[in-house]
This record gives sequence, C-alpha cells and structure tokens, in this order.
Amino acid sequence: MSLLSVENLTVAYGAITALRNVSLVVDTKEIVTLIGANGAGKTTLLRTLSGLLQPSIGTIHFNGENLSGKSPHLIVRSGISCAPEGRGIFPNLSVEDNLELGAFIRKDSKGIQKDKDFAFTLFPILKERRRQWAGTLSGGEQQMLTISRALMARPKLLLLDEPSLGLAPQVMKQIFSVIQSINAEGTTILLVEQNANMALHIAHRAYVLETGRIVLTDKAQALLNHPDVKKAYLGT
Amino acid sequence: MEEFFQHLINGISIGSIYGLVAIGYTMVYGILNLINFAHGDIFMIGAFSGYFIARGLGADQAPSLFLALVVLILSMVVCGALGFTIERFAYRPLRAMPRLNLLITAIGVSLFLENGGQLFFGADPKFFPELIERQIYFQIGDIAISNYQVIVVGLSMTLMFLLQYIVFHTKTGKAMQAVSFSHETASLMGIDTNRIISFTFILGSMLAAAGGILVGLSYPRIDPLMGLLFGLKAFVAAVIGGIGSIPGAIAGAMLMGLSEEMVVGYFSSTYRDALAFFLLILVLLIKPTGIFGKKTAEKV
Ligand SMILES: Nc1ncnc2c1ncn2[C@@H]1O[C@H](COP(=O)(O)OP(=O)(O)OP(=O)(O)O)[C@@H](O)[C@H]1O
Ligand SMILES: [Mg+2]
Repeated sequence: MSLLSVENLTVAYGAITALRNVSLVVDTKEIVTLIGANGAGKTTLLRTLSGLLQPSIGTIHFNGENLSGKSPHLIVRSGISCAPEGRGIFPNLSVEDNLELGAFIRKDSKGIQKDKDFAFTLFPILKERRRQWAGTLSGGEQQMLTISRALMARPKLLLLDEPSLGLAPQVMKQIFSVIQSINAEGTTILLVEQNANMALHIAHRAYVLETGRIVLTDKAQALLNHPDVKKAYLGT
Repeated sequence: MEEFFQHLINGISIGSIYGLVAIGYTMVYGILNLINFAHGDIFMIGAFSGYFIARGLGADQAPSLFLALVVLILSMVVCGALGFTIERFAYRPLRAMPRLNLLITAIGVSLFLENGGQLFFGADPKFFPELIERQIYFQIGDIAISNYQVIVVGLSMTLMFLLQYIVFHTKTGKAMQAVSFSHETASLMGIDTNRIISFTFILGSMLAAAGGILVGLSYPRIDPLMGLLFGLKAFVAAVIGGIGSIPGAIAGAMLMGLSEEMVVGYFSSTYRDALAFFLLILVLLIKPTGIFGKKTAEKV
C-alpha cells in the first residue's frame, strides 16, 4: 500500500475549480515530482494535503489513515510536513527559533539538537546565521531554512513547493542535491516544481498537472524523453 | 525638584498599571488583528472580582499580605476564564468573517459587560477594601513613597517581566509569535492555533485583572464603567508604543503615566484625560507605527 494516496480530488475556491479529479500515489522512500505551469494547481494540491484547504470531492489517505477534515496541526503530527511556497519563514524570529518551531510537535530535545546540527551540515550558512533574524536572510538562504525547518518535524512525507523559485543556478543545484540526500536518509518526498528539468532529474516518478488535471504520469526518466513534456516544459 | 520626584514616582506607578492593561490590547491585536474593546471591561471585572473575593474571604476586616495575594490570584483566574470564554464563544465563531464583524462584536461584548456590571454590581461606586495596611514606606524630605506604590510598581514589573519571559523564551511564547505572524504557517509547524489564541486571551486578561486590583487598591473607588476611560488610555498607550509590540506597550504606558502626572502637576488636572489623545495624535503624525512599531512590509 502506498504511503500517500489521493483519489479523485476536486478542490475549488468558490466558483473557481483549481483541481479536478486528481489522483496520485506516493510510495515510501520515493521522490515524486508534480510539474506544471503557473496556475496549474500545484500549490492548491499541497495546501489541500496539508489541511489548509478542504476538498469538495475526493479522499486523501496517508499511512493508512483518512485525512479528510483533519486540521493542519494534526496532519503534521500524522507525519506530513510542508515547506510552503514563497519561503514562509518567521521573519522576526531567529534562524534557530525557526528551526525549533519546525520541531514544535517533538519533545525529545536531544533528537531536536541532533536534527538542528544535521540541518547545519546540510546548509552551513544557516549555522553562521543562526542568531540572525530569519527576515534578514537572502532569498536562497530563506529557502534553505524553509526546507530545514520542515525536516525538523521528522516527517514521513516531505512536501516541497517550488524550492527552486527565484534561485541562482548554483544555489538551485545545491538545494536539489540536498533534497536527494534527504531522500537517501529515508524521507519520502513530494516535490512540486515548475523547473521540470531539475525536478525530473532527481525524481523517481512524475505527474504532469495542467489546469487542474493530471495529464501524464510515468517514470521521471521516461518523461524527460516524452515529446509533449520536452516541448512544453523542457523547451527542447 | 522634590515635587518633580514625587510626580515621577506617581507617574511610574500609574504607568505600570497602564502597562498591565496595554499588554492585553497589544497581544490580542498581534494575534488576531483585533482591537479588543472588551479588554477595558475585563479590567473592570478584575477590580470587582477582587472586591467581592476580598469581602468573601474577610480580607477587608483583617488586612494581610497573604490574603491580598489570594485575592489577586483568584481574580486573575476569574478574568482568565472570562477572557477565554469571550474569545471562545464570541470571537472564534466569527474569525473567518470580515474584520468589521469581529470589531462590532467586541464593542457588543464591552457594552454587555458594562451594562451587566451596572445591573449586578450597582451603578454607584464601591470602595475597594484596604487589603494591606497603608503606610508611608519612606520619606525623604517632602517625597513620600507609600508601600502601595512599591507594591504597584513591584507587582507590575514582576508580572511584565514574567510575561516577557513567557513570550520570548518559552516554546509556547515562540508559538505565539509564530501565530502572530501567520496562522497558516504556524499551523504547518503543528501548532494548534486555537489553543495559542486562547492562551493569549487568558494571559492578557489575567494581567488586566491585576491592573484592576492595583487601581482598586490605589484609588479605592471602583465602578462598572471604570474600564471605559482607563481601557481607552491603555489602548492609546499600546498604539503609542507600536501596537503588536509588547515592549512597545510597556514603554507607551510609562510615557502615558509620566506625562499625565507631569501635566497634572505642572499645568492643570483638567488636561489629564485630554492628554492621552494629544499624545495619540502626536505619535500618529510623527511615527504612525508607534515607537516600537514594526514595518508591515515584511508580510508579502
Ligand atoms: N485564494 C484563491 N482564490 C481564488 N483562486 C485561487 C486562489 N488561490 C489560487 N487560485 C487559483 O487557482 C489556480 C491554481 O493556483 P495554484 O496557486 O495552485 O497554482 P500553482 O500551480 O501553484 O501556480 P504557481 O506555479 O504560479 O505557484 C489558479 O488559477 C489561481 O488563480
Ligand atoms: Mg504555486
């Protein structure tokens, strides 16, 4: 059985239907990527998985549990942690406080310290900046903080919303290689991206979302060579 | 010079009580973007709970520090429960609605408490019992400091210090700061935002209760409408300090208390109540975000 299975999900904002009949699965230890253009509904899907939005139709099962109607803070406790789009850090708190808030649901202070140190080895710059207000970090550093903070909950499933957004190629590479090493450590990842090239290179499987519908799904490697994907998302 | 010191001491003493009440306004504003108009009335209920509890315990007959503390703590519990109830049943159901609905509800709760107070406690003022024997603590020349002033300043400072500690150094306090920034992002951390909001109302209301008791002790007259003007001034103090900021509320309150005393001392007591508004206008003209005000540009 899959770790996450989404069936026939339809999500609307009032009269605007942002997701139609979306079904997808994520298996343990996988990196699955969902690619799609602006406004395709990627963020809507992650917000629904996090409990911030309620679907009008459809079900979400995670780790054998039905997530319908569950509030966001309980979903985090079930094991889903989200690094939201647009670097949703807490600007008036220090980098370290941000990381500790990521571990809000945990009580094992030793483990929390260990995971903080792990985050600092993933992104050494965060260690240098740890007493600084998070709002003073650069965009790329904020993205690193958002990902590290989401990891602090020790999730079974990590949701990443466009981690490459607005980053220089060098920083982007660094972040994607960290995503791979997080996955190698055993965390399952659902990665939402517009940068299809990067995402398909590190993912195992992929879904393509177009105006709220899933139009394609396959092994990531296969999609890299798919003519439609090449044309629409890879620009080749 | 001696006169000046006397005003200074009085100003710090009233300023610290404004501070206790201003903190509640600023915390609730920080977390819900709501001006909690009922907060001044919670302060009034604090004074009245103190009055009734003191009489119930016989503390008015036999003043003692121990009984005074019991009265204080019980009144804080009463107001904490009241603040919790108001948020849970009056504000929470409306949270998803436009801000204006919430604001009007807050005014409604305030009117309810004021009129309820007049109905149950009677409209005429009551004399707050002397819970501790009033003494002159020490006297230097013409400057007299009473034990009441020491208690007022000492207790307010202790409570404000405790609050600062909770907000800035505990896990729950950090969660409060997270919720103040964004309910959604906070909930993604696994924070139960409703619990944090309840906690905020409880804390703010407990401090207001302490303020009510200290006013009762210092002035002895209390009445069901006492929260109106006092609450308004504490709110103005919070705005002057930069609404949403706790250190700001304390600074604004001190400024308010001190300037009030100085105006009364050197000009005329008729200007006392107008001063709050003069200060408010001044701050809004010079630095609209208040002394410690945050830039709002961070929230994109
Ligand atoms: N709060 C909202 N109210 C109304 N419509 C919304 C709301 N949020 C998103 N939408 C609409 O839903 C659709 C999907 O939006 P969503 O944010 O999920 O897209 P996305 O794939 O994440 O895009 P991007 O890559 O630009 O972040 C868009 O057409 C958008 O305009
Ligand atoms: Mg998006």
